[in-house]
Amino acid sequence: MIKKFDKKDEESGSGSNPFQHLEKSAVLQEARIFNETPINPRRCLHILTKIIYLLNQGEHFGTTEATEAFFAMTRLFQSNDQTLRRMCYLTIKEMANISEDVIIVTSSLTKDMTGKEDVYRGPAIRALCRITDTTMLQAIERYMKQAIVDKVPSVSSSALVSSLHMVKMSFDVVKRWVNEAQEAASSDNIMVQYHALGLLYHLRKNDRLAVTKMLNKFTKSGLKSPFAYCMMIRIASKLLEETEGGHDSPLFDFIESCLRNKHEMVVYEAASAIVHMPNCTARELAPAVSVLQLFCSSPKAALRYAAVRTLNKVAMKHPSAVTACNLDLENLITDSNRSIATLAITTLLKTGSESSVDRLMKQISSFVSEISDEFKVVVVQAISALCQKYPRKHSVMMNFLSNMLRDDGGFEYKRAIVDCIISIIEENPESKETGLAHLCEFIEDCEHTVLATKILHLLGKEGPRTPTPSKYIRFIFNRVVLESEAVRAAAVSALAKFGAQNDDLLPSVLVLMKRCMMDSDDEVRDRATFYMNVLQQKQKALNAAYIFNGLSVSVPGLEKSLHQYTLEPSEKPFDMKTVPLATAPITEQKTEITPVATSKLPEKLAPSRQDIYQEQLAAIPEFQGLGLLFKSSEPVQLTEAETEYVVRCIKHTFANHMIFQFDCTNTLNDQLLQRVLLLTGESSDILGSCALSQRVSVVFADGLKYVLLSDIKSLSLSCHLHNPYLHGLKTFCCDCYRASCCQGSKGLGLKVMLAYAPSGADGKQQ
Amino acid sequence: MTAQSCPRQHCATTMDSAALEPSLYTVKAVFILDNDGNRLLSKYYDPELYPSMKEQKNFEKNVFNKTHKADHEIAFLEGMTIVYKSSIDLFFYVVGSAQENELMLMAVLNCLFESLSQMLRKNVEKRTLLDNMDGVFLVVDEIIDGGVILESDPQQVIEKVNYRADDNPLSEQSVAQHITEKLARTSNVLQSAKEQIKWSILK
Repeated sequence: MIKKFDKKDEESGSGSNPFQHLEKSAVLQEARIFNETPINPRRCLHILTKIIYLLNQGEHFGTTEATEAFFAMTRLFQSNDQTLRRMCYLTIKEMANISEDVIIVTSSLTKDMTGKEDVYRGPAIRALCRITDTTMLQAIERYMKQAIVDKVPSVSSSALVSSLHMVKMSFDVVKRWVNEAQEAASSDNIMVQYHALGLLYHLRKNDRLAVTKMLNKFTKSGLKSPFAYCMMIRIASKLLEETEGGHDSPLFDFIESCLRNKHEMVVYEAASAIVHMPNCTARELAPAVSVLQLFCSSPKAALRYAAVRTLNKVAMKHPSAVTACNLDLENLITDSNRSIATLAITTLLKTGSESSVDRLMKQISSFVSEISDEFKVVVVQAISALCQKYPRKHSVMMNFLSNMLRDDGGFEYKRAIVDCIISIIEENPESKETGLAHLCEFIEDCEHTVLATKILHLLGKEGPRTPTPSKYIRFIFNRVVLESEAVRAAAVSALAKFGAQNDDLLPSVLVLMKRCMMDSDDEVRDRATFYMNVLQQKQKALNAAYIFNGLSVSVPGLEKSLHQYTLEPSEKPFDMKTVPLATAPITEQKTEITPVATSKLPEKLAPSRQDIYQEQLAAIPEFQGLGLLFKSSEPVQLTEAETEYVVRCIKHTFANHMIFQFDCTNTLNDQLLQRVLLLTGESSDILGSCALSQRVSVVFADGLKYVLLSDIKSLSLSCHLHNPYLHGLKTFCCDCYRASCCQGSKGLGLKVMLAYAPSGADGKQQ
Repeated sequence: MTAQSCPRQHCATTMDSAALEPSLYTVKAVFILDNDGNRLLSKYYDPELYPSMKEQKNFEKNVFNKTHKADHEIAFLEGMTIVYKSSIDLFFYVVGSAQENELMLMAVLNCLFESLSQMLRKNVEKRTLLDNMDGVFLVVDEIIDGGVILESDPQQVIEKVNYRADDNPLSEQSVAQHITEKLARTSNVLQSAKEQIKWSILK
């Protein structure tokens, strides 16, 4: 009988946690009894448990002591106690990385793996595979193959799963066991089926034909395992996505049929797969949605959560498909699980009508304080989308958002709200005053400098245009008095904008500026002095140039130009005109609303593409003396996307030179692209006049090929690329677009011919 | 109260993404906490997920703070789906990626809970758990291997582990062990006495 918790023990015994005051050195000392004979299984078991517990708690074991303990543990193989042996296997796995020479147990494990005791065989296999390296793997290959097709399910499962873990280490060896895995897949045991299918897929996933065949076989023969079904659904949807198969293919029918499977897990997997498929029509979605609707009223929270999360995704692309579920979703708003409630509300917000907005907003405000930050951001984003959909409801939204702004919350959350308010202000001029008022109230007590400066910048931009700009000045000036340096500096800039735009406010602004000139921070003082002087001139042109319009050049480009300037001593002053204009930075488009894990990483300024190219080219010694990059073109595809290799060309224009950058990418995984040659030659049928420039040099760097052309007037260029591995001759002809070049050259046309022929010679990649 | 967000970028694992890459690796972590949020057992199967002990304990603390007050079964935290269950003074958690099939994770959690429940004769509470910690380690090892679901039927797990929970719990080892040893010695004595008598008769 298991010992029940005895009140007496608590008072007198070792406390409620026998592991509480474990000391590593004491336990390792105790482990010396492993060497005694006869072995006392109970005591040894307890000590092993303590060791594993310590490891699990994060106790650090030095290599020497770990190895000692490990070697001592190997003595315990002499005992026949089952639990002790199992714990030994566990210890081997836990200590495999911290002890040396763990492979000494290989022979014992191999013996157990092929022995008579079935209860040892599975765990022994798993322990053995944990310590095996590539050299040993060949030695045990025979045993592994036998184990995979063993009739005992636990042995087969253990072998299959261990084989999967070893795929990373030695794909080629494990691939030889594919026949055995195939045989195991026809087992009756539901877990063996699942593991076999998984291993087969991992081994074959690069071979689309093999995967298709495998799927066809299993969908026809039918499997019993719900896990295997889920796996097959995922494989099928991946195949559909890769082949861009139409939805009348048998794969889609299979997934659809899984909606009627008797296991909820499979039904849900199928519904989820259908929902995620691109280009799904409403008719195809309907059965999936109705299944999800049923799940919404399930007593199991996990099922409700899964259903509402998936419906939320449907609502993004097909809001009309979800309307049928609105009633069920409304019931979920009061669900005790807040995650479910939030998802339900945001789904309704996407699909609800304008009249329901008020009611929904009221319901959200009641519980928004209880949900986690990730979900709060989701709610704000949903509201943002809603504002765009129903602009007339902006006052309700604005109220709600300002309340949320007053509550506690992290930086991501507050930022999402501020962004939402700003977007409402920008879209709805009527909401501007209320919006700005809410934001002013927010910056009175805002701990996030980034947000405060953003809002101050906005106030500077929008405030002067409002009917009563003076009321904002108080808020802004308070920032100058109370806040940190960055905020004060931003406040000064904002004030300047007011002064520049409103003549009647100018005297007051000048007075305030004077006070700012006495600030303790030099940035604030500099700005105040600068703006004072500009404003005192009272000239519109000056105001426009220095107060309203910011830098029109890209900041990294400016930095680079300044650096260049400092390197070359020159009498001439620095010329802003040499700095390339700012191009739009690369930003990731988050078009879909998702809960994002709140992250504390600071936002980095996204450099533009041009700046990246500038840096890359500057790193190459041959291109040092060319000056500044004027413009880079977009990459142009010179080959079709499905060919064995893909070539793109980017043109970089300098003052007197042009660089053509060719990116060659090999699309085949198991072919090595060797001997890529770039030949330039003359082609006579473009533009009539073709004079290939004398100064052509080809530079190879980092797998990219650059062709540098100097002093170009007009030219045409043809390039041949040879790939010795491909048979037959094909010619691809693509015309590059004719871009207008920098000063000095006329229209440029580029014709690229790609030809490849078989070649026996081996060569290094150039 | 804002949860301390994990310092590593998990923005890639947002809730919404393309179809999940087919893989047997479904479980990212499993852990058992007591009702103060202290770790009793935990295993992390994804090497990229919280590789250091500090990050792991931080994660467990955050998860505990968000879930111990109300037993809601499922939560979404730090970019991952977490299913959980509590019993008297213990909390059981199974963690998967945001796009994972929640019902699969629930199957794992249920298997874990049912297996332990059977093994501990329905006394799923901290003291009993710790007294049979070796069995608990073995049960977890039989259910998940390296992030792959190895077994989902609690009955099968119990059979494979074959753990006799009537063993002497750790805290009582000295007393019971003493008795066992005494008994063993007595039986040895009896055995040798029997042998001697047998031989003396045969002679």
